[in-house]
Amino acid sequence: MNIMKKVGIALVAPVAALLAAMAITSAVIIAVGGPPVDFWRVMLSWPEADEIVNITNQASMLYLSGLAAAIGFRMNLFNIGVEGQYRVASYVGAIVAGTAIGPGLFTAGLAIVAAMVTGAVWAAIPALLKVTRGVSEVISTIMLNAIAGFLVGYLLLNYGQEIGNDRRTTPLEADTTFTGWTPFEPADGAIWTLTILAVLAGAAFWFVINRTRFGFDLRATGMNESAAVASGVNVKRMVVISMALSGAVAGLVWLPELFHESRTASFYSGSQFQTGLGFAGIAVALLGRNQPVGIAFGAVLFAFLSVQAGDLEFEHVDVSKDIVLVAQGVIVLTIVIAYEVVSRWRERLEQRQIQRALQRPGTPEEAVAS
Amino acid sequence: MATLVKGADPSTAPDAVVVRGVTKRFPGVVANHDVDITIRRGTVHALIGENGAGKSTLMKILYGVQRADEGSITVNQTDANFSSPTDAIKAGIGMVFQHFMLADNLTVLENVVLGAEGRHGIGDKARAEIRRLSDAYGFNLDPDQLVEQLGVGQRQRVEILKVLYRGAEIIILDEPTAVLVPQEVDALFDNLRGLRESGHTILFISHKLDEVLAIADDITVMRRGTTVGEAKPGTVTKHQLAEMMVGSELPSPETEESTVTTQVLLDVADLTLVDDRGRHLLKDIDLTIHKGEVLGIAGVEGNGQAELVESVMGMRKATGKVTLADRNLAGRDTRERREAGIGFIPEDRHRHGLLLDATLWENRVLGHQTRSPSSKGMLIDQRAARADTDRIIAAFDVRTPSRETHARALSGGNQQKLIVGREMSGDPVLLIAAHPTRGVDVGAQAAIWDHIKTARRNGLAVLLISADLDELIGLSDRITVILRGELVGEFDPRTVTPQQLGAAMTGGRDEQAGEETQ
Repeated sequence: MNIMKKVGIALVAPVAALLAAMAITSAVIIAVGGPPVDFWRVMLSWPEADEIVNITNQASMLYLSGLAAAIGFRMNLFNIGVEGQYRVASYVGAIVAGTAIGPGLFTAGLAIVAAMVTGAVWAAIPALLKVTRGVSEVISTIMLNAIAGFLVGYLLLNYGQEIGNDRRTTPLEADTTFTGWTPFEPADGAIWTLTILAVLAGAAFWFVINRTRFGFDLRATGMNESAAVASGVNVKRMVVISMALSGAVAGLVWLPELFHESRTASFYSGSQFQTGLGFAGIAVALLGRNQPVGIAFGAVLFAFLSVQAGDLEFEHVDVSKDIVLVAQGVIVLTIVIAYEVVSRWRERLEQRQIQRALQRPGTPEEAVAS
Repeated sequence: MATLVKGADPSTAPDAVVVRGVTKRFPGVVANHDVDITIRRGTVHALIGENGAGKSTLMKILYGVQRADEGSITVNQTDANFSSPTDAIKAGIGMVFQHFMLADNLTVLENVVLGAEGRHGIGDKARAEIRRLSDAYGFNLDPDQLVEQLGVGQRQRVEILKVLYRGAEIIILDEPTAVLVPQEVDALFDNLRGLRESGHTILFISHKLDEVLAIADDITVMRRGTTVGEAKPGTVTKHQLAEMMVGSELPSPETEESTVTTQVLLDVADLTLVDDRGRHLLKDIDLTIHKGEVLGIAGVEGNGQAELVESVMGMRKATGKVTLADRNLAGRDTRERREAGIGFIPEDRHRHGLLLDATLWENRVLGHQTRSPSSKGMLIDQRAARADTDRIIAAFDVRTPSRETHARALSGGNQQKLIVGREMSGDPVLLIAAHPTRGVDVGAQAAIWDHIKTARRNGLAVLLISADLDELIGLSDRITVILRGELVGEFDPRTVTPQQLGAAMTGGRDEQAGEETQ
């Protein structure tokens, strides 16, 4: 298959899926009596400068969350627990960052490591339950999400600083935060410094999965567990390690926001912490087919849609901005379906090519002889 | 069920199913060819053959899961090339799968009516019908009992009841006794006789010869995708059936002069494997294989062959000693055993041998993740792995457009050649070959036999497991027979007859025992 054809095939599925998703979403808008044309005009308009900054920042967090989910998915492990993992990890990271036990950079580094370790430990719980007791990771990670919420709430209530009705961790010292990068006017905001974590994690993910022995074992286990066992992979060990890795990446999810220098202060509190990124990450990973580049597209698309939805109200479009959630859900469905259709088609194409390639030199169908 | 004739006389009744010249091809493999079967109405008809003989493909064609490429099938004298099981059910064919398809948390009634709500509803009418059927055939089932409370034999009766409820006159049973203990088998046979009495036709698929002889009115034998013979239980012996099943022509893969040396490479002692319920899957297995020797293991499928292989590979935790080239492998995991020099051609290449959605070169890496040329330190060496894949493709004649092709796209024979090539890489000491030519075309079969002979000549120890006696006799230097997890006899392939092996394989103490070599 030549390159052009390959790229063409790779693009057919997402483009068709996005068009289908737009059609379905429009139908939903019409059904509830809204104006689909205005909706898409606003949604697809070029974002303002502050929106571009916002999209970038949100996309970086969604990307980390998507990566975390994808590590498990590549091994057929359904880590639905990124939500709880990054919550606990963010809390611990914020506490360590607020201690100011050393120079700013040192404290920040320590906090990042603490968050990753916390995420890894939290994710290792369902992994250990799975390999020792056979508990499905889907169930245990979902339950651990709830436990994570209660645990952090309890700790904040008992050990947090009181501010109004809310409780928070000790705010970060100024030298522990990062100013970020302001590509437009200062009023448009800054792209957070630690969005770089998303880039680094993405590159590391690609390298580990595609280039290392560990990555090979992980992919092999995901593709065919019994064959991986026969090839010498210790699947139980792989389950624990990859869940822990998934949790460690989940631990990074909220850190770009935590460490960015804000007018007030940076800390973890019930109102400051952004929930829902873990669940969104599952959809983003699905959109990106668990591939680092694909996940990036998924993260940008989801962030774009969420941020653009904010304009609906300003432009007086008579549609609830929650319709964007519908659109996001529909996109996930259409993409999954489109990829399945295309991959079956590609499979048949490949088989036909092989038959053609093999029929040319000599024996066409030796099989029939038996 | 008005069409049923009570106690129909099989000799005069028209044939229930007639299969003529049915052929089914899959890419690179012919699963069925020239299959001819005539099933008389009101009889129990046994279809026997080793795994891979094509029984299940034929069954799927009869039940409408797959369509035949050629040939004709008539059911009750009407043409019946079904395109889905729904058509088959309409025509009065029902199928009971080996693996039960029941919902544990539903009652018998709910399981039976599921998907057939239109027949008698889901209430009292259905309950009455189930009671009637259960009483009529002595199934002794309570419609309101939860399936999770039922034993295996009862569950099977629920499955049979399901097909009867849907009006089946012709019932296909896929290896129904595989999951039953002897008493349950007797009960099942009583039920089957009852069904036969009432005019049902039963197609009974099995490879257990005793059972077939006990229940069947007619027997059809399949081998390598085609029907090779028919027999009546009264006039055929178990040995003759075994012979028909595994083939008794002169061995084609003839070995050259012996290359056996005195150096022991594999030494297995007291290997024992017990399952969760305390039953012995393997019992005190002792065997040795020398450098340059092929040890063949003969046996009817399911007597511990797979467990033996997986125990030696370290995929199952058995007790006992396994020594490879004077190195104790006890407690070593599969990877360490592979690194110690075991090559493994698995019985089921799709389950244990390949990553179907990965490229050929990635499949080359599988099983060799820690060794050159697949890896360098902690990294996969893509360049070297790709280059070595080209070597295998050339040396083992793997027909593929390129090393970047996905394994799924290759035919069975070419997939198997790739596996053989991979497992012979990296200087193995021992090659475990489980059914190495199962489901591959004749061309690939000959090539694989050649490669095994080459391996033997190069001083490998080979543990060969096969259901094909030709293959075993032709390739092995020694043959031992496994029966119910124990090694029960050793034979010299130069002098052994298929009859002797057949007797040992079936535990045939009723007829002359296999002659042991000194």
